[in-house]
Amino acid sequence: MLPESLKEQAAAASIEAFDADALVTGKFDRGELTLEIAPEKVVRVCRFLKDERKFVRLSTITGVDRYPEEPRFEVVYHLHCLDGNERLRVKCRLPGANPEIDSVTSVWRGAGWYERETFDLFGVRFRSHPDLRRIMMPDDWEGNPLRKDYNITGSRI
Amino acid sequence: MSETAITGVTEAAPEQRPASVKPRAMTLNMGPQHPSTHGVLRLELELDGEIILSCRPDIGYLHTGIEKEFEVKNYQQGVTLTDRIDYLAPLSNNLCYCLAVEKLLGLEIPPLAQWTRVMLTELTRLNSHLVWLGTHAIDIGAMSVFLYCFREREDILRIFEMYSGQRMMTSYFRIGGLALEPPRGWQHRVRTFIDAFPAKVDEYEELLTNNHIWIGRTQGVGYISLEDMLDLGVSGPMLRAAGLQWDIRKSQPYSSYEKFDFDIPTRTENDVYARYLVRIEEMRQSARIVKQALEGMPEGRWTADAPHVVLPDREKMKTQMEALIYHFKIVTEGFRVPAGEVYQTIESPRGEVGYYVVGDGTTHPYRVHVRGPSFANLQAIPRMVEGTLIADVIAAIGSMDFVLGDSDR
Repeated sequence: MLPESLKEQAAAASIEAFDADALVTGKFDRGELTLEIAPEKVVRVCRFLKDERKFVRLSTITGVDRYPEEPRFEVVYHLHCLDGNERLRVKCRLPGANPEIDSVTSVWRGAGWYERETFDLFGVRFRSHPDLRRIMMPDDWEGNPLRKDYNITGSRI
Repeated sequence: MSETAITGVTEAAPEQRPASVKPRAMTLNMGPQHPSTHGVLRLELELDGEIILSCRPDIGYLHTGIEKEFEVKNYQQGVTLTDRIDYLAPLSNNLCYCLAVEKLLGLEIPPLAQWTRVMLTELTRLNSHLVWLGTHAIDIGAMSVFLYCFREREDILRIFEMYSGQRMMTSYFRIGGLALEPPRGWQHRVRTFIDAFPAKVDEYEELLTNNHIWIGRTQGVGYISLEDMLDLGVSGPMLRAAGLQWDIRKSQPYSSYEKFDFDIPTRTENDVYARYLVRIEEMRQSARIVKQALEGMPEGRWTADAPHVVLPDREKMKTQMEALIYHFKIVTEGFRVPAGEVYQTIESPRGEVGYYVVGDGTTHPYRVHVRGPSFANLQAIPRMVEGTLIADVIAAIGSMDFVLGDSDR
């Protein structure tokens, strides 16, 4: 559901018109628009944003761990429209147990490494990613360092 | 003597090869200690003779967990981490992080601090482009350019040292303004440098722009289409050399860039030579900006009027109780930043730097994500070099101007 305050935001209103179920909530804060999308609709919405709203650039993808809250993980996409000089933050919330979301590499190829990084450091799996491997940590590393419950004191032996 | 005996190579007969081995394909590891990768980048190249069949970049050798470290430092301490991300453009990273946190805090930065920030980030751009030009030329075989570039870089580093006491890890920008008052006599130092600089750029150009070997090694090399670059997230001079006139300093001005008069150089050839010309012109434009900042530098305070964020003057601490209390609070626990999230982008020498800062109302950031331009740019390497000659890989990756610290963080 689109909050009343966002009715004037063209990007938000167009997603609402495109697929009313996709938009969970949104906010406009400090001049930045954030839209929360249902995780199962992320590829569909991203494809729409790129083709119809001209968000040709994917600036970055990352995660936020809200441990111990549930749903625990946020996957955050920062999009950029060059023509309208407009930026948009798209967010999906995922559960703590077995977090999985569809990969958007079919929309922007540049998503490949960002999704690998999020997989590596948060342990979020991206379905149908062409090459989902660790990118920062060694291949045999255990755990995901950017999770809030990752032990940062003491040494691993 | 037969030819085989001279070279010591015997070609295996086709029927003796295992079925899995492609005829004449060879895998070559370039890096992580290869001199031309400027850091610890490893490229897995599959070669057929000198033609590259496939290229797989392998990064992460310089991963230092900076994003994790932000979470255990308070906001002001985080500034020192940003220097170490892109060590050739420390002030650009300082600026982007400070702008992001200031946006969360809703701070108004005084004009003197904004202009000094602009001037110093443009000097940083010169510094970074000089290192790029010198090392890029050395990779391709032009030794002397390196010496010329480092001569001028030394002057810039001396200016940084004068301002902050440090040559590289300056941390001069702080949340709420500048770390220190601009030093006495800075005008003279900056003026001496910037008046002489355009003539120095002419010298580099004299060495390279019409040099037959340079043109032969760079023209038509390292092509990648604009559509591919946008799809892969490339930003900065790479896009401008492909004809896209996009510069965040113009499109979303920050820190009073809208008050400066400068051009965005573009080329359309989209090869290594075009990227060289774009960066050379950017140096001239940066020099223009520095000159304007020098001449129009406003007066006033160098920190914002926000006693809960900015450390008080030493003098006030001795005479005013409130100042002493604020000082104690800021030093012992740091300042609180309201909950919220911001994504701030600026144009660094390499392209779009973005800081995504999530605050939870405490004195430490909940999460900081850094969008380094090198990370996205490196993704485009396979698209750029596959199907070309191995010698062109050196020129192509040099034209990208990446810093591994920026991509691995």
